[in-house]
Amino acid sequence: MGIDLPIIWAVIIAFGLMMYVIMDGFDLGIGILFPFVPRREDRDVMVNTVAPAWDGNETWLVLGGAGLMAAFPLAYAVVLSALYIPLALMLLGLIWRGVAFEFRFKADEHHKPFWDKAFMLGSAVATFFQGASLGAFLNGFQTEGPRFLGGPMDWLTPFSVFTGLGLMVAYALLGATWLIIKTEGALHDRMVALARPALLALLAVIAMVSLWTPLAHPAVAERWFSLPNLFFFAPVPLLVGLTALLLIRALRGGDPGATPFLLVLFLLFLGYSGLGISIWPNIIPPDISIREAAAPPQSMGFALVGALLIIPVILTYTAWSYHVFRGKVRAGEGYH
Amino acid sequence: MFGLTALELARIQFGFTISFHIIYPAITIGLASYLAVLEGMWLWKKDAVYRDLYHFWSRIFAVNFAMGVVSGLVMAYQFGTNWSYFSAFAGSITGPLLAYEVLTAFFLEAGFLGVMLFGWHRVGPGLHFFSTVMVAIGTVISATWILASNSWMHTPQGFEIVEGVVVPVDWLAVIFNPSFPYRLAHMLTAAYLATALFVGASGAWHLLRGNDNPMVRRMLSMAMWMLLAVAPLQVLIGDQHGLNTLEHQPAKVAAMEGHWENTPGQGVPLILVGWPDQQAEVTRWKVEIPNLSSLILTHSWDGHYPGLKEFAPEDRPPVVVVFWTFRTMVGLGMLMVTLGLWAAWRRWRGRLYEGRWFLRFAALMGPSGLIAILAGWYTTEIGRQPWIIHGVMRTSEAVSDHSALTMSVTLVTFVVAYLIVFGIGTSYMLKLVGKGPEAGEDEPATAGDDPARRPARPLSAAPDPKEG
Ligand code: HDD
Ligand code: HEM
Ligand code: HEM
Repeated sequence: MGIDLPIIWAVIIAFGLMMYVIMDGFDLGIGILFPFVPRREDRDVMVNTVAPAWDGNETWLVLGGAGLMAAFPLAYAVVLSALYIPLALMLLGLIWRGVAFEFRFKADEHHKPFWDKAFMLGSAVATFFQGASLGAFLNGFQTEGPRFLGGPMDWLTPFSVFTGLGLMVAYALLGATWLIIKTEGALHDRMVALARPALLALLAVIAMVSLWTPLAHPAVAERWFSLPNLFFFAPVPLLVGLTALLLIRALRGGDPGATPFLLVLFLLFLGYSGLGISIWPNIIPPDISIREAAAPPQSMGFALVGALLIIPVILTYTAWSYHVFRGKVRAGEGYH
Repeated sequence: MFGLTALELARIQFGFTISFHIIYPAITIGLASYLAVLEGMWLWKKDAVYRDLYHFWSRIFAVNFAMGVVSGLVMAYQFGTNWSYFSAFAGSITGPLLAYEVLTAFFLEAGFLGVMLFGWHRVGPGLHFFSTVMVAIGTVISATWILASNSWMHTPQGFEIVEGVVVPVDWLAVIFNPSFPYRLAHMLTAAYLATALFVGASGAWHLLRGNDNPMVRRMLSMAMWMLLAVAPLQVLIGDQHGLNTLEHQPAKVAAMEGHWENTPGQGVPLILVGWPDQQAEVTRWKVEIPNLSSLILTHSWDGHYPGLKEFAPEDRPPVVVVFWTFRTMVGLGMLMVTLGLWAAWRRWRGRLYEGRWFLRFAALMGPSGLIAILAGWYTTEIGRQPWIIHGVMRTSEAVSDHSALTMSVTLVTFVVAYLIVFGIGTSYMLKLVGKGPEAGEDEPATAGDDPARRPARPLSAAPDPKEG
């Protein structure tokens, strides 16, 4: 067996989407937290903590899309056209919140509250429809070759609404723990206080999804609960429990620094792996596998060279940029 | 909606969203390079005018960039959502090209953008300049990949079709397809031209308003030099591009020229204006110059090239649109050359910064670059119809299975959101331009502050009052 291109590409795309969830997760989370922080000065600080980074964060989403088209054109075609409506709404949300980063500061005084709302709503809408798309994806698609056989609203189910709301909770928690690192004073304490209920809510969401998917999809139940598998996969829920305990301790008081943020990242990583275990080896659930949807080897190989050479460089200069903007962001520090 | 089919609605949606997307990136490409030049000049000459211009234009750049990014995000997903059969069929080629664009360009732009916009006091001048240059290079790399992809759809090669999907066999042939060098050169030049016209118009407008200062003069002067050099170059590149198109997409050229059939023994006249009638297969009310079209396109006095009647009616593009958008572009191109020459003449007479008619003309030409870019793309893309991949796949075979109802709802939603967001954003940009550059705005207001703790760009001369 030579290089297994479809598997390598599945891993790269999974990595890209994981990066996206982590990176854009905390800046979308900041928008979701806006309603809990009414003071304009505080909101400015919150936005300033991500202003230099949000565009890079969002680029991981573009990489996910482009990588999918390059490596699994069939999946790109079927999944995206089946999820047309939620994805269009997600994009519209991202448009509003993306321009609001700039416009909040450039607008006339009486327009500013409008762009605050755009930032808040855009973030919430983008997150909800990302989560709903994820839920619809887990539910699977009826297909025939490159044709999606379902209707335009098939994505809308109780489960997808639930995953949409669940992702909002997850991003809010990420945002709060990010702000614990980047802020000080009253805003910082407010974030610690908000993180606790958000954590409990996220644990409830994880528990619900873990029950709901195997109940709704016998294949998923089979994957997790049949015998040797149970042993291999048992660490996932155990680690979730352990991480949750550590998080609760870290949020007890004082300045927990970066610990809660890192723990939440790990928690999301575990949840993400859980989903991966559930759908493997399919890329269009319930029954089109990575191999069936793969692009010709000439395409995968060509793009792989670039991915392997360039992604490390990207990670390096991204890290450098975060390093340049390290440290707490204080109120009153001018933005524009 | 209005009796349009799902296919037509999908085409309108694509045309609408990409039209917004091309405007902002064109300015992004031009301004990023302009900013790199300004910062380089500042570091080299230590002339504060360059630094102040840098801060002025980087504020406008930031607003413009945000709009370029969010409008581009939509494009990256639209291939899958709206053109799923195209993606399933040819994603094996456009996908890797787009992936390379993300890896080599988008990340580069985004990664260094933060430092470029917010890092003036956080990193040394060398590193800051490096960041600006990286952003500028990123924009050019980005244009290169996406135009390779687009050009491949016009002049496809380097592939075979196996089991109903495109399989690339020679990536160099795919990327360096016949129309790519021309399209890349023409589009990059167009972006620089459009930016020069925009910058020049801003300078002219301030002079007209009596806001005369060294910074305003410098930006007008730089823009007019650029125009003088680049506008004639663009005419040349455009001419070569047209010859290349004649070789590979003759029906498009026939539509651009409104040319239906050859008359034996006679050269083809150049139609200046007229109204092509697609049903009757003639161009009405035309004003023409004998033999000029033969001369331009075949380099001989009475050479012939295919007329539209030589193509089956179902293989002809919509002639009127292509005919007129082409004339719009070329006409504006000629006006740009005129402006460049006029400016040079006035500069030579030492009167570049006065003369209301000249300044008015320069101000009026501000949007002409962007209009020409749109007109050029409409010519190219509509002239390619009915093909989505020339000679390989028809647009009608490429579209996803959405109903006309779904397409209408999403189209209306996009139109409303775009008009609000980009309308307001553009007005903010123009307001920033209207404020004009101010001298010395970069002197740190809170000097003595620990620089490692300053996240932000104290760029604005008039910061938000609450932020102090
Ligand atoms: C000639 C230039 C050009 C053309 C024809 C296109 N683009 Fe573009 N695009 C750019 C030049 C550009 C740019 C200048 O590089 C931008 C503007 C702002 C930015 O970050 O990069 C950009 C941004 C941009 C982004 C946002 C990147 C980010 O998040 O940073 C995406 C996803 C796309 N584009 C995708 C597309 C697609 C799918 C196109 C074709 C249909 C397309 N672009 C045509
Ligand atoms: C950036 C400037 C561009 C503009 C203003 C533009 C404009 C247009 C317009 C107006 C159409 C509709 C033609 C018609 O249906 O009558 C079209 C079609 C199309 N263009 Fe472009 N285009 C641009 C760039 C690109 C690029 C870079 C790509 C690909 C990478 C591309 C891919 C397509 C595709 C796939 C179609 C067919 C779908 C359709 O017919 O609407 N375009 N474009
Ligand atoms: C005055 C002389 C010009 C000539 C003879 C000319 C010629 C052409 C031709 C023949 C095409 C179509 C190529 C094809 O589809 O295969 C084209 C496209 C285009 N033109 Fe021009 N052009 C001129 C000026 C301009 C100017 C001044 C601008 C903008 C500032 C511009 C921007 C564009 C763009 C953006 C396209 C579409 C992309 C492409 O196919 O290159 N052109 N031009």
